[in-house]
Amino acid sequence: MNTTTATTANTPASEEELAAIAKAVNRQRLVIFLRVALAIFTLTSWELAVRYELIDPFFFSQPSAIYEQLYVWLTEGTAQGPLWRELLVTMEETVLGFLIGSLLGIFCGIALGRNKLAGDVFSIYIKVANAIPRVVLGSIFIIMFGLGMGSKVALAVVMVFFVVFGNAFQGVREADRNLIANAYILGASKRQVTFTVVFPSALSWILASLHVSFGFALVGAVVGEFLGARHGIGLLISTAQGSFNAAGVFASMVVLAVVALAAEYSLTALEDKLLKWRPAQFVEHGM
Amino acid sequence: MPTPVIELTNVSRKFISAQGQVTLALREMSLIVNEGDFCAIVGPTGCGKSTTLGMITGLSPPSTGSVKVFGKPVTGIDPNIGFVFQADAVFPWKSVIDNISIGPIYRGKDSKTAKEMAAEWVRRVGLSGFENHYPHQLSGGMRKRVALAQTFINEPKILLMDEPFAALDVQTRALMQEELLGLWSEKKASVVFVTHDIEEAIALADRVVVLTKGPGSVKSSYEIPLARPRDVSQARYSDEFVHLSKQIWFDLKGEVQI
Ligand SMILES: Nc1ncnc2c1ncn2[C@@H]1O[C@H](COP(=O)(O)OP(=O)(O)OP(=O)(O)O)[C@@H](O)[C@H]1O
Ligand SMILES: [Mg+2]
Repeated sequence: MNTTTATTANTPASEEELAAIAKAVNRQRLVIFLRVALAIFTLTSWELAVRYELIDPFFFSQPSAIYEQLYVWLTEGTAQGPLWRELLVTMEETVLGFLIGSLLGIFCGIALGRNKLAGDVFSIYIKVANAIPRVVLGSIFIIMFGLGMGSKVALAVVMVFFVVFGNAFQGVREADRNLIANAYILGASKRQVTFTVVFPSALSWILASLHVSFGFALVGAVVGEFLGARHGIGLLISTAQGSFNAAGVFASMVVLAVVALAAEYSLTALEDKLLKWRPAQFVEHGM
Repeated sequence: MPTPVIELTNVSRKFISAQGQVTLALREMSLIVNEGDFCAIVGPTGCGKSTTLGMITGLSPPSTGSVKVFGKPVTGIDPNIGFVFQADAVFPWKSVIDNISIGPIYRGKDSKTAKEMAAEWVRRVGLSGFENHYPHQLSGGMRKRVALAQTFINEPKILLMDEPFAALDVQTRALMQEELLGLWSEKKASVVFVTHDIEEAIALADRVVVLTKGPGSVKSSYEIPLARPRDVSQARYSDEFVHLSKQIWFDLKGEVQI
């Protein structure tokens, strides 16, 4: 609604403009309404399906049981301690793994991408490394670093590194030859070209990979905990699994989903800030 | 005796693709541009005009033959050369003012001085008020003007331009042509100007070089005896101009006939 007043303040908006703005606002509302409606519909059908014994709550649990489980965790804490502490442990592993993995990935990707021969030699191995399931390394890290935080961070790093590395590398390779040539002619040194041309061109690739890789870091941390840990959401899941507590597994998933969603929002905000030079992907009609 | 600043002697350029396919872009091309000369190059599309400029900058070395700039064989990128690319080559993540000030910054000026120099150029290319726009917010012609300012701010001794005004409307083009001539006579730069537009070539240049169809070499070369300073918009109506224009048209037509 702010948009409407802002427009009228500058220039008196015409009938059509106002209509277009109203249409856009209405559409926005419709989307939000449909999102909420879909969630309610899914949860209700799930609950009802269990109540009318169409599906077995032993495997699939039910929304009310998940809610109760979350309530218990929030008020009384989990068997391992308060929920927030478990979450904090997982978050610490995830964020550490994410930061180390992406910084290493960006650095190596750009360094290798700038070197033609090294790039040609390594590109095949990057594809291989991206294709093999790296979670398997979790077992090795547990052996190497023990049950503490180190093994989880290491797994998260490995999960993140290759994705970011691959994208940074590709982004460098795709940097516009003309822009690079132009920079050299304008007087740039190789270093300046790397920092003022290659890195900014690769940035949209890198940021795109950060979205995926935060999820990967979370997977790394949780799987690491799953394989063996003293704290964390992964351990919560594995405990719930051990006691055939499906609601516990789902409740952990809800907690992780909230975290992932929050991270996604922050990353999108960061991306919008860093890539404000990019043309809008689509322009909202009338906005 | 005029001193040559650019000398191409029997230059050929082959492009070899990853699949091993060979394209000959230039064949035995020879061209001399003297100090302070304004040389225009016209030729059919794909005849190797951009390739020629690329070799002078040092961005892509010739396959055979020699390219000399300021009497020395070209081995790298000469800081005295400015090059306005045919394709869009402004940095999309930099605002207009940052795009224009980047040359001086690369060359070691502090950013405050560079910004001041750039502000002057923003005005000269008629982009006042757009300093903080990003290239995607500009029209094609405005982007071209950013590219021109970006090159001119370095005050190159040799100015290579690859169809710089092709994207501009008639009025802006005339303005930019005047600006270019003003700049050229003021700084006495040597200019190599590639264009599709014969009239533009005649109106601006001391010499128009016509290339054969690809693989290109020099077909003919015309001295343009029109007096300086020239009024670009008026020059085209003189008899001399019309006569030259017909001659060059005739030469080119022979090359593009299929
Ligand atoms: N990087 C490249 N790889 C392979 N072939 C190339 C390359 N660059 C140019 N060529 C070929 O060289 C020839 C000359 O190209 P060039 O770009 O110099 O033409 P041009 O005279 O500038 O044409 P136009 O007027 O259309 O810009 C063309 O046949 C083109 O296909
Ligand atoms: Mg060209």
